[in-house]
Amino acid sequence: MTVTIALTVNGTERTATVDPGRRLARVLRDDLGLTGTKVGCDAGDCGACTVLLDGAQVCACLVSAAQANGASIVTVEGLADPDGRLSALQRAFHRHGAAQCGICTPGMLMAAADLLSREARPSRVQAMDALGGVLCRCTGYQKIVEAVLDVASNAPDPAMPASGVAVGARVARLDGTGRLDGSELYADDQHPDGTLWLKVLRSPHPLADFTLGNIDQWMAATPDVIAVLTAKDVPGSNSFGIYPTLKDQPVFAERFVRYRGEAVAAVVVENRAAFEGIDLVGFPITWNPRDAVVGIEAALAGGAAQLHDASPGNVLIRGRVATGDIDAVFAGADAVVEDDFETPFVEHAYIEPEAGWARPIDGLDGSRRIELRVTTQTPYMDRDEVAHVLGIAPERVRIIPSAVGGGFGGKLDQSVQLPLAVAAWTLGRPVAALWTRPESLASSTKRHPARMQAGLAADKSGRILGYRFNGDFDTGAYASWGPTVAGRVPVHAPGPYRVPAVLATSAAVYTDGPPAGAFRGFGVPQAAIAGEALMDRMADRLGIDRLEFRLTNALRAGDTTATGQRIEASVGLAACLEALQPHWREYLDTCSAADACGGPLRLGAGIGCMWYGCGNTSMSNPSIMRLGLKPNGSLVLYNGALDIGQGSHTIMAQIAADALGAPLSLIAQVCGDTDRTADAGKTSASRQTFVSGKASELAGRDLRAQLLRLANAGDDAVLDFEDGRVVVLHDGQTRAIDLEGLPVDSEGDALVGTGTFDPPTEPLNADGQGTPYATYAFAAQIALVEVDLELGTTKVLKMVAAHDVGRAINPTLVEGQIHGGIAQGLGLALMEEYLPGRTENLHDYLIPTFGDMPEITCILVEDPEPLGPNGAKGIGEPALVPTAPAILGAIRHATGVEITRVPALPHRVRAALRAQARAAE
Amino acid sequence: MAVGAYTRPTRLPDALAALRDGPCTVLAGGTDHFPARVTSTPDEAILDITALPELRGIRRLSDGGLTIGACATWSAVIAADLPSACDGLKAAAREVGGVQIQNRGTVGGNLCNASPAADGVPPLLSLDAEVELTSLDGVRRLPLDGFVLGNRRTTRRPDELLTAIRIPPAALDGTGRFLKLGARRYLVISIVMVAGTLVRAADDTIASARLAVGACSAAALRLRELEAALVGRPLAEAAATVTAQHLAGLAPIDDVRADGEYRCEAAAVLVRRCLADLAAA
Ligand SMILES: Cc1cc2nc3c(=O)[nH]c(=O)nc-3n(C[C@H](O)[C@H](O)[C@H](O)COP(=O)(O)OP(=O)(O)OC[C@H]3O[C@@H](n4cnc5c(N)ncnc54)[C@H](O)[C@@H]3O)c2cc1C
Ligand code: FES
Ligand code: FES
Repeated sequence: MTVTIALTVNGTERTATVDPGRRLARVLRDDLGLTGTKVGCDAGDCGACTVLLDGAQVCACLVSAAQANGASIVTVEGLADPDGRLSALQRAFHRHGAAQCGICTPGMLMAAADLLSREARPSRVQAMDALGGVLCRCTGYQKIVEAVLDVASNAPDPAMPASGVAVGARVARLDGTGRLDGSELYADDQHPDGTLWLKVLRSPHPLADFTLGNIDQWMAATPDVIAVLTAKDVPGSNSFGIYPTLKDQPVFAERFVRYRGEAVAAVVVENRAAFEGIDLVGFPITWNPRDAVVGIEAALAGGAAQLHDASPGNVLIRGRVATGDIDAVFAGADAVVEDDFETPFVEHAYIEPEAGWARPIDGLDGSRRIELRVTTQTPYMDRDEVAHVLGIAPERVRIIPSAVGGGFGGKLDQSVQLPLAVAAWTLGRPVAALWTRPESLASSTKRHPARMQAGLAADKSGRILGYRFNGDFDTGAYASWGPTVAGRVPVHAPGPYRVPAVLATSAAVYTDGPPAGAFRGFGVPQAAIAGEALMDRMADRLGIDRLEFRLTNALRAGDTTATGQRIEASVGLAACLEALQPHWREYLDTCSAADACGGPLRLGAGIGCMWYGCGNTSMSNPSIMRLGLKPNGSLVLYNGALDIGQGSHTIMAQIAADALGAPLSLIAQVCGDTDRTADAGKTSASRQTFVSGKASELAGRDLRAQLLRLANAGDDAVLDFEDGRVVVLHDGQTRAIDLEGLPVDSEGDALVGTGTFDPPTEPLNADGQGTPYATYAFAAQIALVEVDLELGTTKVLKMVAAHDVGRAINPTLVEGQIHGGIAQGLGLALMEEYLPGRTENLHDYLIPTFGDMPEITCILVEDPEPLGPNGAKGIGEPALVPTAPAILGAIRHATGVEITRVPALPHRVRAALRAQARAAE
Repeated sequence: MAVGAYTRPTRLPDALAALRDGPCTVLAGGTDHFPARVTSTPDEAILDITALPELRGIRRLSDGGLTIGACATWSAVIAADLPSACDGLKAAAREVGGVQIQNRGTVGGNLCNASPAADGVPPLLSLDAEVELTSLDGVRRLPLDGFVLGNRRTTRRPDELLTAIRIPPAALDGTGRFLKLGARRYLVISIVMVAGTLVRAADDTIASARLAVGACSAAALRLRELEAALVGRPLAEAAATVTAQHLAGLAPIDDVRADGEYRCEAAAVLVRRCLADLAAA
């Protein structure tokens, strides 16, 4: 049944002939082409689809077309001022860096527009209440609130920096406008004409054998089905995985499945309408569930089912760092503290679900190629995986990333890419896909659950003597990034301290859980929960202030780490701790004053420290950047470092501009297209600013050197880029380089500067000795929390985060990373736990909302890294690592109970308080 | 109605006729309806009741009571000028989802959806609310207790529409409170919630009190024994009156949000806090 509805959208009369029960979000996006309104869940949970309906904010996914008939709708596309300029609200978001990945931004803007129409100068609480129905996974909400409160000021846009001073400037995102006016195209926002649609049939069981029935018969009886693809249709290898030698995951399962959510087949249908209507309930498949191996303990138990032939005992891989005589140190220590810790599966919960399309294209030589436009953190790995699965050369695959609506490591693995590639290649037509939120939750990778045993030894003067750690990490059904976690954890386990004796071991263990992959920190956040808890207990045992204890033991320049690496420079932990001292004392005083008042609410202060190696562990991870100069004097940065919201698009240009000596405003970019940009490596491991930033700096310098050579000028020359020429000023002399006369390459560039950087590392030996990383980021965060002793609830009131970033290329973006990292760390500490089959939506899987976030103060410590671009190193993952330890330490300070299993849900905190009360009796 | 049909009548008799005509799914604000249709949509006929003017509005009745149209949104509840006995209901309205949900979600939808964690039920129980069910056969009124039976179960017949919620005049005296416990601040399904109303006597004792606890049993529960025990007690002793026996009727389940033991404990804490707060008002 269809009806024609008439509605006013952004002031224009529109009609649509649709099913009256169709969601307004779909009508806007698919029928009216207004893709600025985003869909993250279709269930009212994320608020990305918020629009104004007759002036009031509503979720467009919860309104039927019939209900919108006759209504006036305003979407993000209708927010700009009548003259087309961004509105004061949009400009405030831009100025404050309130949009990172931008997928929540339309929803945030519409909720804010609703508020501002009623209250031009809202209070903080009013802003939070009005926007509280929109989730953001990137920003930690702080800059969004600041932007909403600052709309009325109508302050001017930040000026673009002049030549030579881009680095360090609070430049507003260069790709910001599209995220604010709804024009940015995410993975589901644009499709080739006539595209087919693909729906994956997934396992409802964690472990089961299956047999496929009569598919032809089902197809014949099911309208609009073009094809059903299974393992036998994969043209190349039906396998994928991060490591070239560990491709243990099938594109489509064969005979049996290893986790709930695993792909078994792809059903390709005629069009989007058929895709939305398709019901796979009757698909001919017979399941024979087996007893699943759930959790690490079960997988390691004697007699446990063997999950992968190549991994006896279900241990995928082990990691180890050993130095000093650990047993002797523990035997002789004045004090030893020990405990066991546990963390669960955690979901990335990017607001943009997995989506994209693939289509066959013709190569220049007439050969058949394939092109994919997908949401990804790693275009080159996608290219290679697609080539492997199709059995073709990587050069025949082109990956063009869409704008990415959040990743956090989750989009480092394959999702839509491989089924799409198989379908488009075998059917010879464009094919698109989009996961539903439950499908995204069930099928995508997670943070590794950890079971950790740790012990810390110290002498009575407060010097750490040794650290013992074992962590088993549940890597789920497939390897994914399990080896990376197992390798990174032992290096980081002892924390950013001088620890003479260390024995740190790890194992990645196969189970029948969802594959655990890369998630902001690769196991280090879990290990820090154990290590920092013991640091607190040791400080208390010795009667030393927790911050001072850390400061005494902090790594400093010239110290040697547990892997035997002497770190010569850029070791800013002590500076971070010193910067926190006054805030820490204030927190402690606040707690004592509050204690005196009694009552069920208790305040507590906590602290967490971290270090984080930037780049891959002991592995080459080069980045190549190119900076082209066109005959008309314009510049193009060919930037393969994907911006997933963190801001590398802006950062790379800032660095390249200063290295070249050109104003930032001249630099245009081509981003992450595998045919046009060189491989800059993955957006992971906090490596883009450090590694690709360095490559950008080198590319800028290379182009500069070429120009100076042409002008025969010295390095202190000043460059002026004009149409058709570059004017070089040196020693009072002016020389013009004529660009029009120079030959151009296939991109139309007359000159190209290239920069390549691969951070120098060394392999680790069997005892984990060597140089795993070229540089480390350091940080310390403190938290002030309020715990309700009777209810077990925790509210984080305030945090101060001090981060040594080497150099803040763009302080606004760095703060944004810190706020967002803290939000995810808070979620890890207090509420997030993924349970397969039980929390497969965003109302049972909880992530922090506006109201859960503390007021955050950022302190940026700049202890320059000689290898980094302008001294910079990474911030993406470091932001999250110390947060959970600081919050858990604060809960302990407030209550006296040790929370060794996260999240610290209210019922767990109460159970711990009850146990404490019983023990005291 | 035929499967696949969608009708949005503007007159109540047409809606009731459609209901009598055959099974159909009632759609109000859609905030429970659409989330239940993310992965698949059943074959169904939809009766959209949002264009029926009779179901809108919140009004005082001539007898001093209050009627809330089934399609009154939570935002309408927040905006309405209501006596302070309804403060708990208003507080609950502010806690339902976010503003987007409050702008669409209806009181009637909350009751008919009959989730054990429906935030509307405890405050309405504490206001002695009755539901008004209308069919072509006429109108019947039931106490809310007798309407919501358990998880997703009500005594509504398929041919009936919930048309209004009524609060008797006697229940509008005194003050109301609502306390919600969830694992995060906004957009959260309650772990436990407690609503109460209290009327004070001139001598600073309790003239009457009504309390209800949600999310700790299949349907939210009135604490009638406790209510009886509170009558005549000094206000200052309100919270201390609560004993374990008063909460013995709660039978919470373990789920992803909390275990049952915790729910019982938290319910007791919230009941005491609710009473202390009411007594101090
Ligand atoms: C993100 C989100 C957050 C939420 N948070 C909360 C919360 O904090 N607390 C809470 O209690 N709820 C919450 N809800 C649930 C929901 O918003 C409320 O229950 C709301 O009041 C439902 O009203 P509705 O009009 O949207 O119902 P609908 O979805 O339209 O209908 C709900 C059910 O009731 C039936 N129905 C509706 N009206 C009638 C009627 N008049 N007669 C007969 N049958 C009828 C429908 O057939 C359907 O089965 C949340 C929902 C979402 C999406
Ligand atoms: S898409 Fe509507 S709320 Fe998530
Ligand atoms: S910026 Fe909010 S979700 Fe990415």
